[in-house]
Parts: sequence; structure tokens; C-alpha cells
Amino acid sequence: MSNVAPHASAYMGRMLQPLTKAATRMRAGLLCSLPLILSACDRAVLNPAGQVARQQRDIIAISTGLMLLIIVPVMILTVIFAWRYRKGKGGTYDPNFDHSTALELVIWSAPLLIIIILGALTWSSTHLLDPFRPLDRPAVAQDADAPRENMLRVQVVSMDWKWLFIYPDQGIATVNELVLPVGRQVRFDITSTNMMSTFYAPTMAGMIYAMPGMQSTLHAVLDKPVTAEGLSGMYTGAGFADQRFKLYGVPTARFDQWVAEAKGSGRALDLPTYMALVKPSEKVPVMHFAAVQPDLFRRVMERCVEPGKPCMSDVMRHDMGRGGGNPHDVRPGAGMTPGRGSAPLHGDKPEGAIFKSPEEKGSGEHFTKPTHPNQARGVTKPGDATNRNMTELSPWRSPLDAAAARA
Amino acid sequence: MTIEHIAKIIFGRLTLESFPIHEPILLGTFAVVALGGLGVVGAITKFKLWGWLWREWFTTVDHKKIGIMYIILGTIMLLRGFADALMMRAQQAIAFGNEGYLPAHHFDQVFTAHGTIMIFFVAIPLVSGIINFVMPLQIGARDVAFPYLNSLSFWLTAAGAALVMASLFIGEFSTAGWLNYVPVSNLQNSPGVGPDYYLWALQIAGVGTSLSAINMVTTIIKMRAPGMTMMKMPVFCWTALCSQVLAVAIFPILTAAFAMLMLDRYLGFNFFTNDLGGNPMMYWNLVWIWGHPEVYVLILPVFGIYSEVTSTFTGKRLFGYSSMVYATVVITILSYLVWLHHFFTMGSGASVNSFFGIATMVISIPTGAKIFNWLFTMYRGSIRFDLPMMWVVAFMLTFVVGGMTGVLLAVPPADFVLHNSLFLVAHFHNVIIGGVVFGLFAGIEYWFPKAFGFKLNEFWGKVHFWGWVIGYWVAWTPIYIVGLMGTTRRMRYLEDPTLQPYFVIAAIGAVIILIGIIGFLIGFVVSIRDREKLKVGNDPWDGRTLEWSTTSPPPAYNFAFTPVVHDLDAWYDMKCRGYERPSGGFKPIHMPRNTGAGVILSGLAAVLGFAMIWYMWWLAALAFLGLLVVAIGHTFNYDRDYYIPAEEVERIEAGHRPPPPPEPRPDHGPALEPAGAK
Amino acid sequence: MADKLDQQSRNEAAASPTFHLMEDEHGHGHGSPTMLGFWIYLMSDALIFAGLFATFGVLSTSYAGGPTPREIFELPLVALNTAILLVSSITFGFAMLAMEGGKVRTVQLWMLVTGLLGAAFVGVELYEFANLIAEGATPQRSGFLSAFFTLVSTHGLHVTLGIVWILVMLVQLQQRGLHVENKRRLMCLSMFWHFLDVIWIGVFTFVYLLGTIR
Repeated sequence: MSNVAPHASAYMGRMLQPLTKAATRMRAGLLCSLPLILSACDRAVLNPAGQVARQQRDIIAISTGLMLLIIVPVMILTVIFAWRYRKGKGGTYDPNFDHSTALELVIWSAPLLIIIILGALTWSSTHLLDPFRPLDRPAVAQDADAPRENMLRVQVVSMDWKWLFIYPDQGIATVNELVLPVGRQVRFDITSTNMMSTFYAPTMAGMIYAMPGMQSTLHAVLDKPVTAEGLSGMYTGAGFADQRFKLYGVPTARFDQWVAEAKGSGRALDLPTYMALVKPSEKVPVMHFAAVQPDLFRRVMERCVEPGKPCMSDVMRHDMGRGGGNPHDVRPGAGMTPGRGSAPLHGDKPEGAIFKSPEEKGSGEHFTKPTHPNQARGVTKPGDATNRNMTELSPWRSPLDAAAARA
Repeated sequence: MTIEHIAKIIFGRLTLESFPIHEPILLGTFAVVALGGLGVVGAITKFKLWGWLWREWFTTVDHKKIGIMYIILGTIMLLRGFADALMMRAQQAIAFGNEGYLPAHHFDQVFTAHGTIMIFFVAIPLVSGIINFVMPLQIGARDVAFPYLNSLSFWLTAAGAALVMASLFIGEFSTAGWLNYVPVSNLQNSPGVGPDYYLWALQIAGVGTSLSAINMVTTIIKMRAPGMTMMKMPVFCWTALCSQVLAVAIFPILTAAFAMLMLDRYLGFNFFTNDLGGNPMMYWNLVWIWGHPEVYVLILPVFGIYSEVTSTFTGKRLFGYSSMVYATVVITILSYLVWLHHFFTMGSGASVNSFFGIATMVISIPTGAKIFNWLFTMYRGSIRFDLPMMWVVAFMLTFVVGGMTGVLLAVPPADFVLHNSLFLVAHFHNVIIGGVVFGLFAGIEYWFPKAFGFKLNEFWGKVHFWGWVIGYWVAWTPIYIVGLMGTTRRMRYLEDPTLQPYFVIAAIGAVIILIGIIGFLIGFVVSIRDREKLKVGNDPWDGRTLEWSTTSPPPAYNFAFTPVVHDLDAWYDMKCRGYERPSGGFKPIHMPRNTGAGVILSGLAAVLGFAMIWYMWWLAALAFLGLLVVAIGHTFNYDRDYYIPAEEVERIEAGHRPPPPPEPRPDHGPALEPAGAK
Repeated sequence: MADKLDQQSRNEAAASPTFHLMEDEHGHGHGSPTMLGFWIYLMSDALIFAGLFATFGVLSTSYAGGPTPREIFELPLVALNTAILLVSSITFGFAMLAMEGGKVRTVQLWMLVTGLLGAAFVGVELYEFANLIAEGATPQRSGFLSAFFTLVSTHGLHVTLGIVWILVMLVQLQQRGLHVENKRRLMCLSMFWHFLDVIWIGVFTFVYLLGTIR
């Protein structure tokens, strides 16, 4: 669905080009006319470092311009009519003027025309800038010969409340720090451990949802060195405001050097470390990992990092083996097996409230500051489910340090 | 069996810890509310008003009184919702490089409560209230089709509001955003009572809204005065019809979605869980299938208000009545086909996104046509700039900007950078404040004299107007700008100090709006004090539709004789042709009898909700049983109506002979300006 | 144009149009708003089911390693249940015919039969659920089972409510006979009962039949 044939998209790209140029010129006039607004123009969305984000910015400018064609006259007419026809000030008064075919034609066709143009722009640009679709052309000239296979792969995991980046080809991982080489296309594979968030680096490209049990993909490229912030565009619970990462766009040589530094950091993202990391925590400092448990991203996505928990694809295979799980297979009796055997229950879902015994009914949660901050849940039981409320503003302690202290 | 065990069985998870007695903000609020409440209760007791309140208001089935109660409920909840808004603006203006004054758990409840209250308990009751009050009068009916159901609908809405308010002082509210998003609101992520408060409050209020919508649709279809064909129906009734048809069609989906989330939380089902085959994305689809049309449920009737006001105050027939009607119907249908634009970024693929994006843009065509129609109604008019008309002009200048940013957000690639940004937040406040809220105020100013027989004070009306209009622009322009810079909504604090000036300006804007709200409230008080001075006749604005043909305030039966309609602007037509109110020949009038069943059922529903929220299973079972018994018991009451005797009608009508017109006002011409005088 | 309209309205005024009805009993006392209103309510209820059907459609293959439709559905039992409900619709039809004929006793008899058939339907459904739960196919087991139990038992709850309503109607018929109000209620109840039949046909087809051939 998202894959448009390359030549078609190239065509669309050419089609968009003049519009894009016009838009870049218009942008200055349209969006940056007041001093306070002016400073906005230096900001991520309006002055981005990424090719995709720039095209998205241009589309905002073009659409705004198109719509102003109709908005501005309406606003001017409103003021003129309100002034001209105020009572007793000489404007013609015709209490029965309630229909005019010519006017009605204009009324309906003017917005229609704008929407037809805007619709065409929408259709082409939506396909062209579909995040699942690899970018057509390298962004900068010096990489013109770079083959598309040379894409950098980064796997993104949204956790409560931090970002884990795995560089599978480099064999390293980072928390809350994303370093990318300028001019090289990056393919992000994105998932989440628990919450639905959006992976969003405003200066690089638009956002896409990170969802538990699902994988989304985003293609992007940085055109110029940049130091910026990335975040979740979607509220993810108590630690949301801190679920941010630093984005550095650096030259290739500096990138390689950074990879080497990470390799030398000595820490490995193995399963126990991951299990400590995945617990809810906020204000997490940048971390580097020299090695990553193989296949970690797939297991996160398939929700089977914990030993003994079956992966989603295995479950689906199991279901299909028993005549289900495949929505496209509607043959009567396909793969039917006798008996009622089914896989054991898994998952860490709490049971429903109605099954709780009286003792299990916790007291109501409220947002009172605890009388003794040192005994707050966030301090005594980091990662505890009730700590999701972030009841108090306790300083963050790395779960890794805590694990180290215990060891 | 220990005492604690027994206490848990009786009180569920309600303990002393559930009361936020350590929280100064809440304690202060509680003190104010409790003192105010005690004052009101004391005054009612002192003046022996309880019986009157119960007989005349709580048990009433009169659509006019129910409409007024809806508006009072909406206004009270507006104060609560706006207090939340002020807290957020203050937090975001302060919190740069520090964490401000609200911890995450509090701030998240504040923004959740703000959105929930403003939509479900301010906008919906105000819109319902105005439809309730005006629509039956405009179609020449004596009441709605199901008067008792109308009372039940209102009290269910009030019960939902009461639960939301209870969450302020007993326990907590949801932190999962105004639509109670999963996975945040799943049991494992929000084990507390917050999402349960949300679900039960909205489920109860939602049933009320659905029933009310069924009632209004039936009324409009079945109870129009003779001669009033669909195409002679006032535009407000058309928009009310479309809006309520939409409500009938969407609220069941929301009820189903909330019920599934309840099953997840109470019985451990797997609808929206991350594991065991649940699908959180489905919740988003379901709530937005409700959520987008809901915007039109709110704004369509308000478009109707603008149409009535514009036509009246320009002294002209509405330009393009039929295209206005078609535009309304087209918007109604299209609003179903656009819900996915709320999550383009979920990765549905380019073709799906384009379809929903373009469908969204297409809605702007009929909306644009409406704007032009109002514009050309003003053209060649004789515009009187009383307050309702001032709101119309403010609306037109404000709303078009919101419409433009809305279309912008409908372009998927633009939405990829603006999704969930403050730009989006500014956009929907632009259309909700600049569209819905301005219109509701116009409607309140416009129909207030009809409801009470006197106008609202003009000075405080202007304070109200300028406070809101200036405040809106000051508060939301900077939010648009920071949104374009990539700032996300629901942020408790921000790192970048260069953004702070924008948030400070926005906070100042909120304070200016506060001045508007205070003006609104003082306006009521002053007007009630000066009601003799502000007294007006039955038709103070030189109106054009049937509600102005009866007395102000209208008698319980609305019209002594059912009016017959010959023209779209029925009352204008009557005035032009020298119609005189009949003064004799009255007949007994058949009217529905008051009943307390609505209040009692809603009270029990609130108890049921509260018991379920706190896991007091025994109380929930009792309340449910009580609901069944009262509901069934009510069906055994066959004595539901009575006749107002003809002599009584005659007495009331004689008492309401139109008084001699007060001293002619300079800004207001004689009641009747013959057509084509110029 | 203004002059023309003005002229026209003067002409009409000359013909002295009426602007109000002297004889009226408008809007109250006859059943038509109730029937329309109840029909609109049924449509909104249908949308609740639409939401549940859509959800079932999305989750119908989310077995999460748990049992699949073919393993747990017992079609003969469900077919029996379908037959019971369809017959109950017919018997309700007989009750309505008797109502037209003004025969209170006959109405009550057929209503009673309908109610008993309804109770049998709910009983069989509860038996099916009890079996499923005993075998471990609980709604907590998988998304598919959650959606299945919710959809089917929402219908079952409606039938239960219908039975309660039938009981109440039986008493009210006893008390007041075929009062105009009671007739209106019977018409609404009849619409409700047939509506549940239609929904059940949807459930039988999309949940049970499609589930077993999948």
C-alpha cells in the first residue's frame, strides 16, 4: 500500500518541485511577519535540518497560502459588510434579498476549487512522504552515488519513560541519545514496550507512533550537522515530560568515532540489564552499551523478552496450525485439529478488579506528597507498578546502579 | 476476620488515605466549595425554598425549565473547567528549567479533567440546554415528545457531573487524557480510581445525552406546528436535528467502547490490553468514531444560533436558506468519514491517510458556504450591533482562522509534524472557543429575554464579550506559534527558556478570559437585581421565528393555541400581516405531569457508579436493584398528564397581555418595520 | 422583488389566513411519537451492537494461543438456541394478533409462551458459557474470547431485559387490560423482541457459522 513505484514517485517529486520553491519564498512572507513570530522561524519545524521535515514544512506553507486566498477576502468582507450595513448608516437595505444563483455558485465553487488543488497536493505528498517509503534521492550531492542499501538501520524502543536506540549493524545501543551521520539515509524501526508514544525528532522528520506489539518504520536523512531534541508527541503517562532524547547530526567520521567510543564503554545490554531498564523510570541519563543481546528488538516487539514468554509470531503459528490465526484463510476445515489443546496462559496482565479479595483492594491513589519522602514508593520500590503514578518528585536512580548495588 | 477485612468489604478501596488532606490546593478548593455549598443550602433552608425547588425545578418535565437547568449546570462546570485551564497555564508559564508547582500526577489529572469537563459537562449541557429551551418554541410545540425522558436525560448528565466533581475530593481523576486513552488507562498502568471515575461519569452522562438526542429528533420530526414543512423549519431546528441525529449515531459507539474498557478493568478482559490478543489501536478508532462527529454535534446547533441571530439583527431573511440546510446535511454525513485524521501518524498507509485527509478537507466546502451565507445575510442588511450580533462578527473573524488551521492539519504530511503539537491544541480551541463558545454566549444573550422577560445588562455583557474575544487571541496566538516550533501538548515543563515568553503571554490571555467570565457572572447578578429596569416586551429584538410570538417568559404550555405556519420566518410573516393574539375562546390544555422519577433514578445511577469506582460491591448491587425497582415502579404510574383548565389559561393569557412598549430605545427601532420600507 | 412579495402577502392577508388552530390536541395522546422514538432508540442500540460486531471482527482471530472457534463452538446447541428464539418471535407475533383482536387472555398466554422461550434461550446460553468457562475458555483467556463473550452476552442481557419487560407487561395487562398505553407498550416490546431476533441472526452467522468454517 505504501510502496509507490519509484518512477511514479520521482514524477511526483518533480511535480512538487516548483511548488516547493515557491513555498520556500512564500514562507518568509507568510509565517514570519511579526518580531515574536520571527524567532519561531529559526525553530525545528520551520527551519529543519532534515530533508523530510523540510518538505513537510513546505507543504504547510503551500497549504496555508492556498487557504489564505479565501480566508483573507472573507475576513475583509466581514469587516466591510459589518461597517457598511450597520443600522442607519446609509447602506442599501433590502430585507428580502435572500437568494442569488450567481452568488451561490461562487460560494460553493470557490472553496471547492481550493480543495481540489489541495486534495491533489495531499494525495501526491502523502504518498511521497509516507514514512514507510524509502527516500528517493540522497539529500546531498556528495552522496549521490551512495547505493540505497547503504541505509543506516536504527531500532527505536519507546520505554517508560526513555528511549532506547539499538544500532544493529554497529552492535551498540544507547539510551536517550541518538547520533546520526549527516547525509546518510536512516531507516528507523520503531516499537514500544508498554505505552503508545510517537517517535518525533522535529528537526529531522515527522512523527510516527511507537506501539507495543507493533513495528512502525520511518525513513529520514539529515542534511546538515545539528544538535537538537527529540521527544514523544503522545502523552505516555506520568514520566512523559522527561521522555526526551538528544539528537546529534554529525559528519560520518565523527559518527564512526562515536561508535568506537560507545564500543569502549564496556557495558552490555544483556537480558538482565534490559529487564532492569524496562521498569518505569524518569529523568534517565544518557547511557551507552558496547554490545546488545542479539535479536533483542524483535523480542521486544514480539513481547517475549522475559524467558519463557512465547513470542507473538510463535503464538500466531500455533494458532494457524490449529485452523486459525490467518484471517486470509477461509477454507472450511483448513488445518483443523481434534481436541481442545491450547497453549498455556501467558502475559503479566493483572486480574480484573472483581476477582480481588478484600485484602487486595489497595487504598485509593491520590496525589498527596508522602509524609516521609524517603519512604515514597519511587524510592523504596523503583519499577513497582504503583510507582507509575510518580506520586512524588524523587530523584531518579538508575535501575542499573541499583542492580549493581545489589550484586 | 479482622476489622480491616470487614472495612475493606464495606468501603472497598476507600480509606482515609483516599482523601487528599495533605494537598493544600485541594484543601483550599474544598474549603471554598464547602463554604459556598453550605451558604447556598443554608439560604435555601432559611427561605424555605426546598419544596419550591423540588416541585418547580427538580421534578419538572417542562422543556424550558430543563433547558435552563442544563445551562446552569454547564455554567457551573465551566468555572471548574476554567479553573483547571488557569492551573495549566500557570504551570506552563512557570515551569522552565524547574518543575513548576504541580507534580506529574496532579498536572495530568488537571489536563484530563479540563478536556473531559469542557466537552462533556460544559459544551454538551449548554448546547442541549439551548436546544431544549428554544427548539420546541420554534416549532410551535407545547413540549418535547417525551417530557419525562427529558428530565431523566438532564439528571443523568448532572449525575455524571457530580461524579467528576466528587473525584476532586475523594480519590483522584483519570490521568489518561480527555479520551482516557489506552494503554495509559489500562488496569496495569492506572490501577487507581481515576479511570473508573472517568468511565462511570461519562457512561452515565452519555446515556443521558443519547436519550436526550432520541427525544429531540422525535420532537422535531413529529411535533412541528401545522404548515411547518421541513423546508420551512427555522435553521436552528435543522441544525439541531442534524446534530441530534449525529448524537444518536455516535454515542452508542462511545458507550460500547467505554463498556469494553470497563470489562478490561473490572473483569480482566483483553480488548485493549497489550498482551493476549488485545488491541489498543481499536480503542482509538472507536473513541474517535465518536470523537470527530461529536465536534459537529456541538457546532452544528451553534451554526444555527448564528443563523438566527444574523437574520434577526440584520433585519433580513437568511441568505441561501436551502444551501444552508444542504450544507448542514452534508456536514452531518461527511463527519462520519473523517475520524482517522486524528491518528494519521499511526501508519495506516498513504492511500488510507489521503482518503481521510481529503474527506476532511471536503467538509470545509459546506462550512465555507455557511460562512458566505452569513456574510451575504449581512450584505444589504440593517445591522443592529447588539451583543448577540457582536458575537457573530467576532465568531466569523475568529472561526475562519481555526477552519484554515484545521484543513492544514488534514494534510497528512503536515500532520506528521503537527500531530499532538500545541498547534493542534490551538486549532481546536480556536474552533471550540471561536465557534461553539462564542455562539453559545450569543444564544444566551439572545434568548435570555425570552426565558426571563428582561434583558441582560449591556455593560457587563460587553465586559464579557471583550474579555473573551481579546483573551482568546492573546491566549492562543502564542500557542499556535510554539506549536509551529514543535512543542508538544500535555508537557508539564519545558527545558527551553526561549519559549517562556509565549507561555507567559498565553497565561495573561487566560487571565483576560477570566475577566470575561467574571463579567458574565456579574452580568447575571446585576441583571437580576435590575430586572424591573431591564424588563422588555415579548419580542425585544424584533425576532422572526415563533418563539417570539409567545410571552416572555412563555407560559408552561408555550402557546395557548397551536400556531399555523405559512412562511419560513413565521413570526415575521405574522407581524407583517397584522396578526393579533387571540384573547378568548381558550380550551383546556393537555400537559404532562411532573415526576421525581428522573431525579431518583439518576441519584441511584450516581450511587451505582460511586460504588463500582470504589469496589463496594454490596452497595453497587443495592443501587442496581434500586434502579430496577424504581424504573419498573415508574411504569405502573399511568397518571402522567393533566389538563390546564380553560379559565386558568385565560387568566395566564390576560396577565401576559403585551404591556405598552417601554420608552422607545434609540438603538432599536419600532417592533415592526414593514417589508420594503426603503 | 420586495414589492412583489409584499403584494403577495397583502393578497394572502386579504384571504385572512389562520395563524393558529382553534381545535387542537397536538402531539400528545396518540402513539406515533413513541413508536418513532422507540425505533430511533432501537437504531442506536443496533449501533452498540455494530461497535461490538466490529470489535469482534478485529479480534476474531486473536486467539493468543488459546482455543479457537472450531474447538469450542457446539453448533447443534447454537442451532437449537436459534430455533428457540425464532419461534419466540412467531409466538410474539401471535400475541400482537390477539391484541388487534382485543383478546387480553390470549395476549397474555402468547406473551407467557414467548417469555418462557426467551428464558429457555438464556438458559441454553448460560449452559454454553458455563461449559466454556469450565474448560478454561474464559473471556480472560484471549482477545477473541473477550469479544465473543461480550457480544453474545450483551445480546443475552437484552433478552433477559425483554423477559423482565414481558413479566411486567403481564402484570400490567392483568391490571388494566388493553389500555391504550399498554397497547403502545406492547407494540414497542414487539419491536424490541423482533430486533433481538435480527441481531441474533447476525450473531449466529458472523460469530458461530463464520467462526467454524474459518
